[in-house]
Amino acid sequence: MHEFDLSNAIVQTVNKHAAGRRVTHITLRVGRLRQVVKDTLLFYLAIVGKDTPCEGATLEIVDVPAVLRCNTCENEWEIEIPAFICGTCGPGAVEVATGEEFMVESIEVEDEEDAACTAPR
Amino acid sequence: MHRTKVRVVEDALDANNTIAGANRSDFDRSDVTVVNLMSAPGAGKTTLLERALEDIAEEGLRVGVLEGDVQGSFDADRLSVLHIPVVQLNTDNGFGGECHLDANMVRSALPAVPLDKIDVLIVENVGNLVCPAEFRIGEDSRIMVCSVTEGEDKPLKYPLMFRACELVIINKVDLLQHLDFDVDRLEANIKQVNHDATVMRVSAKTGEGVDEVRAWLKALPARVAAEAAHDHDHADHDHPDHEHAPA
Repeated sequence: MHEFDLSNAIVQTVNKHAAGRRVTHITLRVGRLRQVVKDTLLFYLAIVGKDTPCEGATLEIVDVPAVLRCNTCENEWEIEIPAFICGTCGPGAVEVATGEEFMVESIEVEDEEDAACTAPR
Repeated sequence: MHRTKVRVVEDALDANNTIAGANRSDFDRSDVTVVNLMSAPGAGKTTLLERALEDIAEEGLRVGVLEGDVQGSFDADRLSVLHIPVVQLNTDNGFGGECHLDANMVRSALPAVPLDKIDVLIVENVGNLVCPAEFRIGEDSRIMVCSVTEGEDKPLKYPLMFRACELVIINKVDLLQHLDFDVDRLEANIKQVNHDATVMRVSAKTGEGVDEVRAWLKALPARVAAEAAHDHDHADHDHPDHEHAPA
């Protein structure tokens, strides 16, 4: 159910960067540890984005695997269950390498043709 | 019409975190340490506060409570007998409220909180194990209460919440004799997702273990100040760009 508020946060972030231009596509990076349900997020985004520059934009969610790193043995491994423990060294020096992302990576916006031609390349 | 790709690379929760930072500045200016208290509904947050904060001012700690609830002031009313500042914050807009507090809601309630008269502000979040873990409110520390009526596997089902907290209080241990509940397994599961968490076994009803919670609260401001001083030194010497990122 946190997906509703997460959708709000996405729409705010996207609209800020869109600066009034219509958004056609949103690419999001979501770490597995965020416990985000994709279908629910898509459902709410359509509602929250309505009547904003995000309306009608397609959404691409890039899954980021949950990868832990042990700072003692410097091993890195992907987890499928929430076990934050190094098989060799125990739990002491384990940190999350990836999997906590909740990030708007990029957006695609519609530019006026003229503006696009004069924009710096 | 021409389509342009815009690189954003921004945490979608930055807006909330910015407001949380503003709250944090206000708290720091008044020298107030802030605790975000979270749990599932009915785990016993309010009962624990009733017990743990009783006469705590006589022991030299001035505590205030910001009560987050979807609706009503039942919890704030219960705490009013403690004679400490209690501010009610409802998340309801008339048609069912928010399931958590975010930085902006807390900010809107701050004018009613006498920050200059307290050392510690406890923000009792809305009962929920998912959403409150996502939204920082400007707190220094996070506590969660889980009770022995909830199931030993909860840390594995809600790792985001259990990982976010520094102190996990296992409440209602007075009921263990009536339950088929393996409290050691719960604690092992907590440690599996958050090895660094401090775990306390408490009964807010009988008072068992509550002294330990009080001692933890009383020690918190000095510990937070020491950590901030350490981080500050660290930031100056090693990482000029270091930000105090949420855990």
